[in-house]
Amino acid sequence: MLDKALKGSGRYWGWIAFLLALIAVGFTCYLRQLAYGLGITGLSRDVSWGIYIAQFTFFVGVAASAVMVVLPYYLHNVQQFARITILGELLAVAAVTMCMLFIFVDMGQPARVLNVLLYPTPHSMMFWDMISLTGYLLLNGVIAWVMLSAEQKGRPAPSWIKPVIILSIPWAISIHTVTAFLYNGLPGRPLWFTAILAPRFLASAFASGPALLILLCLALRRLTSFDAGQEAIRRLGVIVAYAMTVNVFFLFLELFTALYSGMPDHAEPFEYLFFGLDGKNGLVPVMWLSVVLALASLLALLVPRFRRNERVLALASLAVFLSLWLEKGMGLIVAGFVPSPLRAVTSYAPTAPEWGIVAGVWGIGALLLTIFYKITVSLREAN
Amino acid sequence: MKLTRKDFLRVLAGSAVAVGAGTLVHAVGSANDRESAEAKNGKKRWGMAIDLQKCREEKGCDLCSRACHRSHNVPRLPDPAHEVKWLWNEPNGKVFPFQQNDYTRHALGETVPVLCNHCTNPACVRVCPTQATWKRGDGVVMMDYHRCIGCRYCMAACPYGSRSFNYVDPRPHLGAPNPDFPPRTAGVVEKCNFCEERLADGKQPACVEACPRNAMVFGDLNDGNSPIRQLLSGRYAVQRQPELGCGPSIFYLV
Repeated sequence: MLDKALKGSGRYWGWIAFLLALIAVGFTCYLRQLAYGLGITGLSRDVSWGIYIAQFTFFVGVAASAVMVVLPYYLHNVQQFARITILGELLAVAAVTMCMLFIFVDMGQPARVLNVLLYPTPHSMMFWDMISLTGYLLLNGVIAWVMLSAEQKGRPAPSWIKPVIILSIPWAISIHTVTAFLYNGLPGRPLWFTAILAPRFLASAFASGPALLILLCLALRRLTSFDAGQEAIRRLGVIVAYAMTVNVFFLFLELFTALYSGMPDHAEPFEYLFFGLDGKNGLVPVMWLSVVLALASLLALLVPRFRRNERVLALASLAVFLSLWLEKGMGLIVAGFVPSPLRAVTSYAPTAPEWGIVAGVWGIGALLLTIFYKITVSLREAN
Repeated sequence: MKLTRKDFLRVLAGSAVAVGAGTLVHAVGSANDRESAEAKNGKKRWGMAIDLQKCREEKGCDLCSRACHRSHNVPRLPDPAHEVKWLWNEPNGKVFPFQQNDYTRHALGETVPVLCNHCTNPACVRVCPTQATWKRGDGVVMMDYHRCIGCRYCMAACPYGSRSFNYVDPRPHLGAPNPDFPPRTAGVVEKCNFCEERLADGKQPACVEACPRNAMVFGDLNDGNSPIRQLLSGRYAVQRQPELGCGPSIFYLV
């Protein structure tokens, strides 16, 4: 099956070469980080998690969002998704791999990372996160492999795969719930100490993931013979519209609770995000850009006339993805550390090598996804 | 009542699930309860009381901090972002946020020594995925620098900002190293260890010894006759953010 990824056009190989170059940059930066320590990043004693962990959090959402095509197709028999459930499952495999890599590059002692298995610790949420992410990777890997093999042989998939697919649905919910638990069970981090963190994560996941899937489907249609079908793309648009609305509503709930109560512990991180605190306002443009993109995307998604226009839908999907990438892939994690327990307001911005490593992980994710989708499209062309 | 084999098996399966779930819940929660059981068994619980009145009278004094950092090979790093601190001074208003009003600022003095609180219910121990930080029977929250994977989850969890990460190799920045205490490598978290290496020799912590005014009193909180307990029963003392439920073992006499 993998041989399908080895035959492609010049454009295909150009794209692969570009991704390999990105990965090489990331790998070089990582070697420097390995030699020097995490001091090479913009992290500090006060802001001790940054873009690696924030990107991990964001891509857990992308991974979990596969459920938004799997659930309608397998539980509600939404036939329009028949052709794209596999795209969602393969996206999940690539995204979970990225999550694991983002965690790995954040480790101060990466050579000891298997201590998590050697000394299993059920009272740590990180232990459960490892279990849920590994399980989800295996589930989706097996499902995608079995489905593609069946397609290659022109046979229906074996019946035992159905319960595995059904299991992957609650499992998807679990990965993002446990990821929220990493943050919201901590005393002294008021921004994260909110019971709606898991629902917020799920809402933003179900907006950003399907938005990405829309963009990927449109790209596949333009670049290959694979057409997801107008109806499937429209239905994804409806899912993004609902999820993004719920996500913005949840953020409004957080803002109301923190700001109307006026409790400094809860209000200050939001003040830092949207207005700056103690003259430190590095995240202010990031957050307002996220807000503008969110509102613009809502306008485009909620009016059916706009949403049915594929060009508008593509722009709205891009806006949703970028908005959530800024808010969840950066702001939410960094601002959890501001102010610090000793009331220090410390700025954080990723350094050049840190961006290089992030780009390397994206490169690996995109390479995996390219190979997976190439195989899928080639199999369908062959049939 | 007649029990069919089917019913019996059903009850058996149900019990197995219940026991399994109970064990799991216990395992998840057990990081916390060990201590209280041990207190009842006559175990020690080390704690410290710091007399802020005396600190106030020695404005600008940091002898405790210097003694601690010298004794534990705490590096002096040029970049404040990478700072490693075990025991240091912070402004009163930052240590006890929202406890100060505009009228008491001067009465409460300028700075307060802060260190690991060696909590009875430590959030750092709860979150550590490898048990590289754990709580000893006598209340000392320990760190294993050789097991720590450097995930910094404990730093996110500690509500007191007591933990530092080695962002760079600390060894070139040690000044005059103390050969009796191991230096750390890049990529691990560290913090105050209550001088467990000195406690093992029956000595007092280095900071306590270094204080010229005896502002720090160290002792067994489980022993009603210990000097620290005598002090705490006679003077009004506060802990840092006790409402968070961590149960700090450092008391500040105000």
